[in-house]
Amino acid sequence: MIHVLNPGFLTTVQDGGRFGYQRFGVPVCGAMDAYAMAAANLLVGNRPDEGVLEITEVGPAIRFETENIFALAGADFLPTLNGVPIPTGQAMPAHPGDVLECGPATNGFRGYLAFSGGLNVPNIMESKSTCLSAQFGGFHGRSLQKNDEIGFCAPQCWIKGLLQRTVHLTYDFNAPIRVVLGPQADAFSADGLEVFFSSEYRMGSASDRMGCRMEGAEIRLKAGASPNILSDGVAMGSIQVPNGQPIVMMADRQTTGGYVKLGCVITADLPLMAQRRPGDRVRFQAITLREAQRLLADRNRRLRNLQDDLEHNAYW
Amino acid sequence: MEYPIIPCGDSAVTLLIGTELSPAVNRLVFAAFSALQHKLVPGVREIVPTYGTLFIHYNPDVLDYAHLCDWIRGVSAVDAADMPSESRLVCIPVCYGGEYGPDLAAVAAHAGLSEQEVIRRHTEREYLVYMLGFLPGFAYLGGMDEAIACPRLAVPRTHIPAGSVGIAGGQTGIYPLASPGGWQLIGRTPRSLFSIREHEIDFLLSAGDRVRFCSITPEDYREREGRG
Repeated sequence: MIHVLNPGFLTTVQDGGRFGYQRFGVPVCGAMDAYAMAAANLLVGNRPDEGVLEITEVGPAIRFETENIFALAGADFLPTLNGVPIPTGQAMPAHPGDVLECGPATNGFRGYLAFSGGLNVPNIMESKSTCLSAQFGGFHGRSLQKNDEIGFCAPQCWIKGLLQRTVHLTYDFNAPIRVVLGPQADAFSADGLEVFFSSEYRMGSASDRMGCRMEGAEIRLKAGASPNILSDGVAMGSIQVPNGQPIVMMADRQTTGGYVKLGCVITADLPLMAQRRPGDRVRFQAITLREAQRLLADRNRRLRNLQDDLEHNAYW
Repeated sequence: MEYPIIPCGDSAVTLLIGTELSPAVNRLVFAAFSALQHKLVPGVREIVPTYGTLFIHYNPDVLDYAHLCDWIRGVSAVDAADMPSESRLVCIPVCYGGEYGPDLAAVAAHAGLSEQEVIRRHTEREYLVYMLGFLPGFAYLGGMDEAIACPRLAVPRTHIPAGSVGIAGGQTGIYPLASPGGWQLIGRTPRSLFSIREHEIDFLLSAGDRVRFCSITPEDYREREGRG
């Protein structure tokens, strides 16, 4: 069990997301940076989409009441265990009474705290993710607060190769975020698309788990085109342009939307989007669907390799 | 009839069945949805029916784009006449006016009708559930009498109780959860549109259902309240 001493800015239970219920209006939710979540889980020997704590901007302080193995991956929150700095991206043992403290995020915005065997919260619609908008899932449908206590499902005191279980995630924040055009790219003027892909946008302060609100040069529609469509589905990364400014729809997005969508951020680059902080500058670049799917396959291969390395190459 | 398939990023496509808001288009959507849902293949994460499209989420690592398109084309080309013609009719009891429908008088005044006449017109029609979205269990209903259409509140309420039945423009709908909102509230239903009890998840409505409202008294409301 963990005891929350200080919840940090926004700490929620998230997993790979709640698929299968969007036709009833239930948002997918899940980790914003699914790659870092998967890495944290693999470090502690979990399946990649097990429920973890997603921590944001300023991390929490928690006390372990039970022995377990944990790992933090994603942004660097300068974590300490009983006041001693510990590395990000490494499996660590914790004993009863140990205090893990996370500071402000550097080199990113979100981190993932995984615990061996997973967190003991109910599976609702086959997912442990917190749905903040409808207040269910995760830990009582809300973000963690001081003095909350969450149990473990199957805590471990040792896992194979414990001290060699490390991964170093890097984010290239200078790289453009890549986008596949469509489904309504043809509603935009050629100039509008040119502006979107040649300008720098700023991550707006109203950005949250529902969407990254980008601020910058106005993206114009074709003459006579409407910013509204008959409501259609929305994928994670979909770029809606309701009023000339792009909004990248993220994990907590509504299941359907009635605004034209210029394109969609590729899955392999969603972590870059999730790790940007308000005020950061972002550029976008168009690529083909084929390239996007190749990059996603590469990413999934890296995760499988990490899993193989951890399970087979670790000594002890 | 072959519908266009348009990629939405690397892990979803939209199957464009029609761009107009009409029961006929929505019926084709539902026919294609039923056909695909009965012949699911590995790699399809889920299918979301909307007014005029099917939005299909998939895992390209399991099902590549070309095979996804083959599957969609092979299965979705069904004739709407082949699908079961009887959709489900769901009756929703509503206590109109009073504390449950604080805006009934305003809607009546806007329409130039009596409150009784607004209730009569609201309960007279049969509505089609075009799709669900916005919140878990929220149904986009079509078919409201235009005579009782009413603009949203100028200042949205910060708290609307679950079960509230409202009108916004030419649309009517039911809030499945307590939430902020700007709809004109004409009544409230004691039935629950979305509930989680232990591991039992219940959604009252699905896309393709038909809905009728019936008027109940405050005594009925209180008696049924809590029974779901």
